[in-house]
Amino acid sequence: MSTEPDVTDGGAETEGPVTTLSTPIRLDYAFTPGVAQSRFLRGLAQGKFLGQRCPKCKKVYVPSRGSCPTDGVPTTEDVELGNVGTVTTYCVVNVPFAGQSIEIPYICAQVLLDGANLSFMGLIQEIPTDQIRMGMRVEAVWVEPDELSPSLASVRYFRPNGEPDADYDTFKEYL
Amino acid sequence: MPESEVLHAEHHLEYPYLRSVGPVIGAFLTGLRDGTILGVRGAGGTVIVPPTEYDPITSEDTGELVEVGPAGVVETWAWVSHPLPKHPRTTPFAWALIRLDGADTAMLHAVDVDKPDGLATGDRVVARFRPAGERVGAMSDIDAFVPEASGGSRGAAGAGS
Repeated sequence: MSTEPDVTDGGAETEGPVTTLSTPIRLDYAFTPGVAQSRFLRGLAQGKFLGQRCPKCKKVYVPSRGSCPTDGVPTTEDVELGNVGTVTTYCVVNVPFAGQSIEIPYICAQVLLDGANLSFMGLIQEIPTDQIRMGMRVEAVWVEPDELSPSLASVRYFRPNGEPDADYDTFKEYL
Repeated sequence: MPESEVLHAEHHLEYPYLRSVGPVIGAFLTGLRDGTILGVRGAGGTVIVPPTEYDPITSEDTGELVEVGPAGVVETWAWVSHPLPKHPRTTPFAWALIRLDGADTAMLHAVDVDKPDGLATGDRVVARFRPAGERVGAMSDIDAFVPEASGGSRGAAGAGS
């Protein structure tokens, strides 16, 4: 997985005066998710969104951090969420940048899964970018079963599921 | 995947900066690609290596470029017993400040010797350039400095390490 940076990439000028120098700044780090995030990631490896409910305020967090940020208590009850949610807000990305892996333009949206009280970011596909809107109902499209892994890469993207848009009042608290 | 297995992932974050080097550093890097080391004449005729656009003492514009080296004297050095991934060598080496012949300032580079016993302040060392086809206009066009007795390579002659 690790590839050493090629310091000559983009900076090598083999003829004429040298005018530029490639000086990438790179940070390599090893990430180990904690107990709560590992639960969410293992759920993704099974093609499921797993969250947790706060015992006090009853809010469902997905992904869960293992505690409720409002009440400061551990979240102990596991909740499996469905595949369907609502776009609360979105951004159409038109600007290319280094390392971009998705063809522009594309839609990056906050998706609030049904039954959850926390939205998370997802890619929206199978719709022209000028037709995305707040309240749009979407469903997750997963990778093939043999490609599932403990990573958000298990979710290829979300796409409109054809239901009528959600009423603004149902998601206005999550913007 | 068993629950007992700790999840782990390698992440890499990189900002791909490409810097404009300007006329003086540009000439220096072009010189390295050509297998030569260039300094610049500053106020009072001192030769500054690597070259700068302004004299570091008087802030005046510097003057003509002059070729220096490729050999010089080790002014001071530090031994690197455990090279890190970003270091220019994978085996132990010395960082050294080297005052090249014809220069009045010292330049930092790596010296390739097997062990710290092989180097002393005041030793003469010489640049070992990479082969001409591998040079890109960067400090790494000099593979390393080596003790003069073991011979370096004039990059312009096209010889390699």
